[in-house]
Amino acid sequence: MSNLIKNNAIVADDWTLVALPAPAEDTVRKQAGKVVIFKITGEPAATPEQISGAVIPAAGKVIVPLTVWLARKDELAARAAKSEVGVWLESFELLEDLLASVADINSLPLIAIHFPRFVDGRGFSLATQLRTRYQYRNELRAIGDVLRDQLYFMHRCGFDAFSIRTDRSAEDALASLRDFSDPYQGAVDNPLPVWRRHARVSHHAATEGRVFARHEDEVD
Amino acid sequence: MYIYDDIDQRIVDERVAQYRDQTRRYLAGELTDDEYRPLRLQNGLYIQRHAPMLRIAVPYGLMNSRQLRKLADISRRYDKGYGHFSTRQNFQLNWPKLETVPDILAELATVQMHAIQTSGSCIRAITTDQFAGVAPDEIVDPRPFIEIMRQWSSFHPEFAGLPRKFKLAVNGARHDRSLVQAHDIGLELYLDSDGKIAVRVWVGGGLGRTPILGTVIREHLEWQHALTYCEAILRVYNLYGRRDNAFKARIKILVKALGAEEFARRVEEEWALHKDGPGTITQAEYDRVASFFAQGRHTELPAQDASFDAARASNPAFAAWAKRNVHAHKVAGYRAVTLSLKKTGIAPGDATAGQLEVMAELADQYSFGELRVSHEQNVILADVKLGNLFAVWETARVHGLATPNIGLLTDIICCPGGDFCSLANAKSIPIAQAIQEKFDDLDYLHDIGDIELNISGCMNSCGHQHVGHIGVLGVDKDGSEWYQITIGGKQGSDARLGTVIGPSFPAEEVPGVIEKLIATYIETRTEEERFIDTVHRIGVAPFKARVYAKEAA
Repeated sequence: MSNLIKNNAIVADDWTLVALPAPAEDTVRKQAGKVVIFKITGEPAATPEQISGAVIPAAGKVIVPLTVWLARKDELAARAAKSEVGVWLESFELLEDLLASVADINSLPLIAIHFPRFVDGRGFSLATQLRTRYQYRNELRAIGDVLRDQLYFMHRCGFDAFSIRTDRSAEDALASLRDFSDPYQGAVDNPLPVWRRHARVSHHAATEGRVFARHEDEVD
Repeated sequence: MYIYDDIDQRIVDERVAQYRDQTRRYLAGELTDDEYRPLRLQNGLYIQRHAPMLRIAVPYGLMNSRQLRKLADISRRYDKGYGHFSTRQNFQLNWPKLETVPDILAELATVQMHAIQTSGSCIRAITTDQFAGVAPDEIVDPRPFIEIMRQWSSFHPEFAGLPRKFKLAVNGARHDRSLVQAHDIGLELYLDSDGKIAVRVWVGGGLGRTPILGTVIREHLEWQHALTYCEAILRVYNLYGRRDNAFKARIKILVKALGAEEFARRVEEEWALHKDGPGTITQAEYDRVASFFAQGRHTELPAQDASFDAARASNPAFAAWAKRNVHAHKVAGYRAVTLSLKKTGIAPGDATAGQLEVMAELADQYSFGELRVSHEQNVILADVKLGNLFAVWETARVHGLATPNIGLLTDIICCPGGDFCSLANAKSIPIAQAIQEKFDDLDYLHDIGDIELNISGCMNSCGHQHVGHIGVLGVDKDGSEWYQITIGGKQGSDARLGTVIGPSFPAEEVPGVIEKLIATYIETRTEEERFIDTVHRIGVAPFKARVYAKEAA
């Protein structure tokens, strides 16, 4: 059973995600005794060995790491021309690097953004920038620590595909896309803030028989 | 004040349902502790030393009597019959049960209240001047802006997972009472040379472990762009703010690392793409929201009231209260009143359910049924007629709400500290109480005059100790509780951070240290000089010498 949600439905996934091999020497970073997962924006995501060692299936649609895409573009060119190559970014990688690598961002059929932990909200801004500033129109997929309680936010920021973490039910997650029916602020899914979508009541209308009785001037 | 329409109400109701389901899944083991933590935090629920603590939003500190009665009711039914007003102008319950929080939220929703984003790594409740709308020095009423910003920031999808908490304050008065320079974003509203409302944008201020005052990154922003500009700031922060170290994750660290100029450049570049977009505030929306805060409900009164003057002349206790707890009002014949939650022996900011109801009743009788919470942790009746002040005082006095100490040494700002908070290194409430007991003589307090004493139990600085004239910070030294003292900090338009006077002290020595600081001031002050003025005139050294004299001998 697929754990991919696309356009509000669970669908089969015909893309293969290409991972980077583990680095030769693992540079475990610690902070106050805790292993640090998060990297600073702009840090390199892979070593040359990892990039050359990434195993790309010989056929079929693949989503490759940005570092692999940048370094092995020639090798992927023929497949990319057939719209069979997508690219995924770590939350700390720079969109600018991806943009510089293609003449037209919409030549990519799929971009995926990795959430190393669900609390890493950089992916929300990366998605927003892809959809607004860079006018990307094709599939935008959330991968990694993708859980139902962040789905609504992801959707509003322009993600249209969600690869739900494999130990969780995609079926359950679908329900969370409808957590709120009419949000306040504009976002990618609907750029209009609530006051441009609805005629809202002013004080006069609100106090005519609504929730709070208007408080009369003090009683002396 | 602002009244919900169906859209606001639906969002709050849907939030209750969402949080109820999240809690159900957590209790059923479908969400791990790590997964549930950010969800409950963004709903104001901390797991504390003894029990969870629930922080309920009081947007910009404004509430009505019905809401306050509901808080009293909730504190009786779900807690121990009291609550705590915080330095974020919010209301906290110290003993709710985790399982009952969805029910508490459902109760709150019936009076248009919630706990949305009162904690967690998101845009927090936006704060302002407790005298907004009534202060004589006000230039622009900040409340319509904050209400528009409150709505914009509620469940903002792009900023639901920021590197760290994000606090905004808005000031619209000549004298800043909102600490704009100590916030992640501080907005100052003013009238520009064309007489139009403009915004001065401060970024990167904050207290906490690394106290820094903010920097102005834009001197003049047309008010219509407040949301798109803040979005640009938040986007730059969300993308580039550090996440590898929680202590370096606030925006102030990013602004410092990039330099304010480079930070501003990135913001401007991002903003240029969205300026004049749909997020631009329209005059119609501003007018609609402003209509809820419109003036014009006051009665026309003379500037003087004979009964008030007579009561003040004949009753010294009332006169002392009127001097400290009654504040000027922009409308003739009206005053704002601070109900003191700083009675000696009571934790600063605490109020019982009974006191909450008394305050609600006072608001109904004398102040348009509305109340405000100040960041100094007191409650304000903002619109009281001069002729009613005596009656307010009599009732407040009976219920322990009329301690005439506003702005005096015992009007201490104090976080819940080690008695309640699991982040704290040290207790803060017993320190506040010991100081209040030491300085319980009212005449002496009035003689000492205006002074701000702020206490925090740890460097998270909820008690704003860095900007206290005297700041007390609890620190952990080899497993025991010690207190570091700063002097010379200051809030306001000319805010500054205090200077540490020297090595820290054990709890029992703190009141004595305060006494020596005060004695130094009393002996050195010139006429009309406040404590803070003396510190700035003569410097920290004489105070330090006095306090550490024994050790030196």
